[in-house]
Amino acid sequence: MAQRLDYLKESASQTAGPYVHIGCMPNFSGISIYGGDLGTTMKTGPVTGQEIKITGVVHDGVGAPVRDAMIELWQADAAGLYPSANEARGNPDPNFTGFGRSPGDPVTGEFVFETVKPGRVPFRDGRLQAPHATLWIVARGINIGLHTRLYFEDETEANSEDPILTRIEHQSRVPTLLAKKTGEAQYRFDIHLQGPKETIFFDM
Amino acid sequence: MSENSTNGGYIARDWTRQPAAYTPGYKTTVKRSPQAALLSFPTTLSEETSPVFGHGIIGELDNDLIHNFAKPGESAIGPRIIVYGRVLDETGRPVPGALLEFWQANAGGRYRHAKEGYIAPLDPNFGGCGRMITDENGSYEFRTIQPGPYPWPNGMNDWRPAHIHFSIFGHGFAQRLITQMYFEGDPLIPLCPIARVLNDQRAIDDLTAPLDMNRTVPMDARAYKFDIVLRGRRQTYFENRKEGL
Ligand SMILES: [Fe+3]
Repeated sequence: MAQRLDYLKESASQTAGPYVHIGCMPNFSGISIYGGDLGTTMKTGPVTGQEIKITGVVHDGVGAPVRDAMIELWQADAAGLYPSANEARGNPDPNFTGFGRSPGDPVTGEFVFETVKPGRVPFRDGRLQAPHATLWIVARGINIGLHTRLYFEDETEANSEDPILTRIEHQSRVPTLLAKKTGEAQYRFDIHLQGPKETIFFDM
Repeated sequence: MSENSTNGGYIARDWTRQPAAYTPGYKTTVKRSPQAALLSFPTTLSEETSPVFGHGIIGELDNDLIHNFAKPGESAIGPRIIVYGRVLDETGRPVPGALLEFWQANAGGRYRHAKEGYIAPLDPNFGGCGRMITDENGSYEFRTIQPGPYPWPNGMNDWRPAHIHFSIFGHGFAQRLITQMYFEGDPLIPLCPIARVLNDQRAIDDLTAPLDMNRTVPMDARAYKFDIVLRGRRQTYFENRKEGL
């Protein structure tokens, strides 16, 4: 026997269950204890960059909308800076939180984010990544939060040199990560948990 | 970008301790589980940063579920408990400034939710949610009532052990976690299809809070300890080494 390495083990994930909104978006659930739900507003004042709206629906393996999900979005500001305590590269837009939370609509399952088009953020080796947002999806029946990325279909040039998009083995699946432009400053990003249109999910 | 701004990135997740997506004993996972392999990449700034939640968002009663929804002078019904613990990372370092959000059923096992169908009564003085930010030692503490077990539609007679749901934000989005705390000695834990999505008994034990009589407040509330471990960052000796894949 050798000595033991003193690492701890990450706590195991358990499903957020059907009532995740009680804990994470209580006002949405009709419980008014806090001033408002976190992540409902990503812009706290005039922001720099292009303001955009992203909508979408999470679909299950039979194509039905998942109505009890909570979707979180985390992204850089228009200059590619994260509004995070460990952002060491500069001062992010003070009126932009970078963090959004949306419940699925109780009837349609649609989620909505009013945000700005993110700037480009460097990869580990310094190459620039294409503009993207990190999405995290939890719901009843999801044992561990699903992590994916939203890229923009109209960023053709940046996407073609993105260090992650270009390294995906099954290039036919890359479109599952591209938000479609549906109007001026409007994007659509549907997520498929399972099946032929299954979204790429990440282990990062 | 300065080379050490990414440090060594987050340590790869130990998937042997995490649940698979497809666990048919918990039936809802069958059509909500991705079938393709997850795509693995080392973390980038997008996963090594995280939103900042200041102590300013926390209201006076946010960590007191016995009173935060109760009418003035009243309190929630049920066994009064204190839940306390620390948020650490895999290297054993405390995670200060972590936002914890928690939610639970009332003492009868019923949630305050439009879609809740269990016949147990609502407690007019219990909302069922609270939140807290860890201090400089990664410590947190809140008061609540012990939730009741409840039946749920899955198998013909499945009951959830008493549990409290936790959502945790650490310092990087790679650490984002939602989990559940169970109570030491609950005979429903080994029967529960949701606890059993973990096929490592140690992982279940690590989600089970022991009774701590030393932290119990006599004639008031029993105490349970629940520590949470988030992913850790790799330590890099050569901080200025050019990092590649
Ligand atoms: Fe529950």
